[in-house]
Amino acid sequence: MSEVKNILLVGVGGQGTILASKILTSGLMKAGYDVKMSEIHGMSQRGGSVSTQVRYGDKVYSPIVGKGSADVIVAFEEMEALRWLDHLKIGGTMVINDFRIQPVPVNLGNAEYPEGIIEHLKGICDVHAFKAAEIATELGNPKAMNIVLLGALVKSMGGLDDIDWDAEIEANVKPKFVDLNKKAFHAGYDL
Amino acid sequence: MKVIMSGNEATARGAYEGGARFASAYPGTPSTEILENMPQYGDSVYSEWAPNEKVATEAAIGASIAGVRSFCAMKHVGMNVAADPIFTFAYTGVTGGFVMVVADDPGQHSSQNEQDNRNTAKSARLLMLEPADSQESKDFMKKAFALSEKFDMPVLFHVTTRTCHSKGIVELGDREEAAVPDYEPKIKKYVTAPANAKVLRATLEDRIAAAKEFSNNCEFNRVEMHDTKIGVITSGVSYQYAREIFEDGASYLKLGLTFPMPDDLIKDFCSKVDKVYIVEEMDPYIEEHVKMLGIDCIGKDVIPKYDELNTDIVRKAFLGVEPDTYKSDMATVVRPPALCAGCPHRGLFYCLSKRKGIMITGDIGCYTLGMAPPLNAVHTTICMGASISQGHGASIALKDAGKDTKVVSVIGDSTFFHTGVNSLMDAVYNSGSNLSIILDNRITGMTGHQQNPGTGFTLMGKEAPEVDIPALCKSIGVKDENIITVNPNNLEETNAALDKLLAKDEPTVLITRWPCVLKKFSQQDLDEFPTLHKTQCVIDQDKCKNCKMCVKTGCPALISTKDNVVVDYTSCNGCTVCRQVCPFDAIEEVTR
Ligand SMILES: Cc1ncc(C[n+]2csc(CCOP(=O)(O)OP(=O)(O)O)c2C)c(N)n1
Repeated sequence: MSEVKNILLVGVGGQGTILASKILTSGLMKAGYDVKMSEIHGMSQRGGSVSTQVRYGDKVYSPIVGKGSADVIVAFEEMEALRWLDHLKIGGTMVINDFRIQPVPVNLGNAEYPEGIIEHLKGICDVHAFKAAEIATELGNPKAMNIVLLGALVKSMGGLDDIDWDAEIEANVKPKFVDLNKKAFHAGYDL
Repeated sequence: MKVIMSGNEATARGAYEGGARFASAYPGTPSTEILENMPQYGDSVYSEWAPNEKVATEAAIGASIAGVRSFCAMKHVGMNVAADPIFTFAYTGVTGGFVMVVADDPGQHSSQNEQDNRNTAKSARLLMLEPADSQESKDFMKKAFALSEKFDMPVLFHVTTRTCHSKGIVELGDREEAAVPDYEPKIKKYVTAPANAKVLRATLEDRIAAAKEFSNNCEFNRVEMHDTKIGVITSGVSYQYAREIFEDGASYLKLGLTFPMPDDLIKDFCSKVDKVYIVEEMDPYIEEHVKMLGIDCIGKDVIPKYDELNTDIVRKAFLGVEPDTYKSDMATVVRPPALCAGCPHRGLFYCLSKRKGIMITGDIGCYTLGMAPPLNAVHTTICMGASISQGHGASIALKDAGKDTKVVSVIGDSTFFHTGVNSLMDAVYNSGSNLSIILDNRITGMTGHQQNPGTGFTLMGKEAPEVDIPALCKSIGVKDENIITVNPNNLEETNAALDKLLAKDEPTVLITRWPCVLKKFSQQDLDEFPTLHKTQCVIDQDKCKNCKMCVKTGCPALISTKDNVVVDYTSCNGCTVCRQVCPFDAIEEVTR
């Protein structure tokens, strides 16, 4: 029996974690894996922290990724990477979007956004950080940032190259955005 | 065919496959997507949004009595609203199979309390099914209708946030049509006058006894024998956590039908294992039953009685080990949810936040976030519909005690239709003096934009009559001159209305009418609110003195640092509240 793999996608409400995980789980299912995915929505839509948990293998029971067990964490926002650090498996990889969203307490001057998160995390675990928003903007639309990150995730996980990701993008994205998102996926993968 | 489905999508699919023909619900996280997924089966199943859970339950009961397989759905607290009909429908039993889907929220991800409705199944005496994942949600729901008919009992279909919002692979099946009998009155069964109800109460015990017999030997309750040193009894998603932690090092009694409980099966299972662990979320529902059977077990001595369970908690509780993790001493900042950029509630709460000496009773919806800093303008939240009734009670009590504190009650459009209307009747009928503010953002916002009786559309996408809120308030007895409608993005207009209404010593109503910025606008919205999303605000950095007045509106589109404030153009929707509060005229409205 192959070991169950664990992925966490974390970010801030509205960053597109849901579409990225939809493409991911659909691809994994077609590859023959048992897949479970868990996401909590509700209050989090209003600018709160969001997380999507994906698990795959021969047989998956719990839909939740426990502490110290994520093979890869993809943080769509810097501080969310730090928030979820304790969920990373020892030896796992943290894919970080070099991008900040200022929370309300910082805006109101009641707290300070921590400086140097990415450097700090590099001293702790394996970090793959880049500016996904800039890459997506160069490709034509900053919103495709989520798919750039998905490409980087698939590369970091390894073992998922036989899946036809282009077909999954075609099946899950509006026709006029298919080309953009395919390019975004490959840009993220090739980084 | 295999597809990936959330528990909620799977429950909807199960209802379709199980031959349901009628569905009614009031939205509420985590149950909302069940009914949102019904219109795709619209050729076979009629589905609707009801104004509240009691109405939804009664409508589905009516369909069942008429001979049709039906269901209603709600979040856990909706069960309280629907308790009145269901406690008596348990006595009468069903004609068409009847299922009440109740979604609990362990851990209070998006709820005002945490309540274990497995207790409700027991106290109301309803058959209870507990699926553990998407496949079971689909399969159990499909079978629930026939089960309900077989024992002549309503089914409580118990799901939780984790089963509702997790996705898994589901093997789909075909729809089973159920014949609809010609209507025949059954007065002794359905008129619960005491003479009939006493008989029904007695026969209910017989029906429960038959179901108990069935529960000992049914497909919903499953034994998995592995190592017999530990025997785990569990239900719902807790099974997944237990299975993950103990693997094949324990045997499992996985319960899916948990009212009535399978006593013989439990005794038999426990006799085959050395030690019994109970893994369940929230209350010791299974544990107390097992103990009542005289069996020693370990459960809530080690597992918390509240909050959501997960593998980490179960592992630590029973095995005493914690995983190795990376650690950091750098602190993170919390991200509390906030009113969106351009939210029409912001203007109103900004005006209220500037007023001294008022008590603001609140309600449940996006506008509850008016409580958060920097606005701090909602003082109470108990349950849906409570703002106006609480405000009425407080206004009478304060006045009697000789205090001159004015009371303002804030309530959303959907919440007003849910249970706020009765409260306004109380305030008017009993000469209260609170100002009721109905925040009509033309949609049910918090739960993700469901239509309601005021929006002009139904769940299945048909045009519908709209409740005329001012006319409704007037017919309840609020004086015409005490009802004002404003655009809440216009602070001057809103303040003028507040001044006028707060000066009165009788029930008054202010309606703030402006659509939710995230709503998919109807043609009617575009005609009525032509400036929607047409403009944005820009800060002229030369005029800006960095005084932060604009930031005090709490708008997340304003990004403030030590040096300056800038507008995030991807999120600004041009509500202009910031422009109106700027003392230096530094903010301009421009076309988008
Ligand atoms: C009894 C009950 N049913 C359902 C809910 C879930 N719920 C919370 S807020 C809300 C909708 C509020 O809509 P509205 O009053 O229009 O306010 P908005 O969010 O649009 O501002 C619902 C359905 C609940 N908390 N309690």
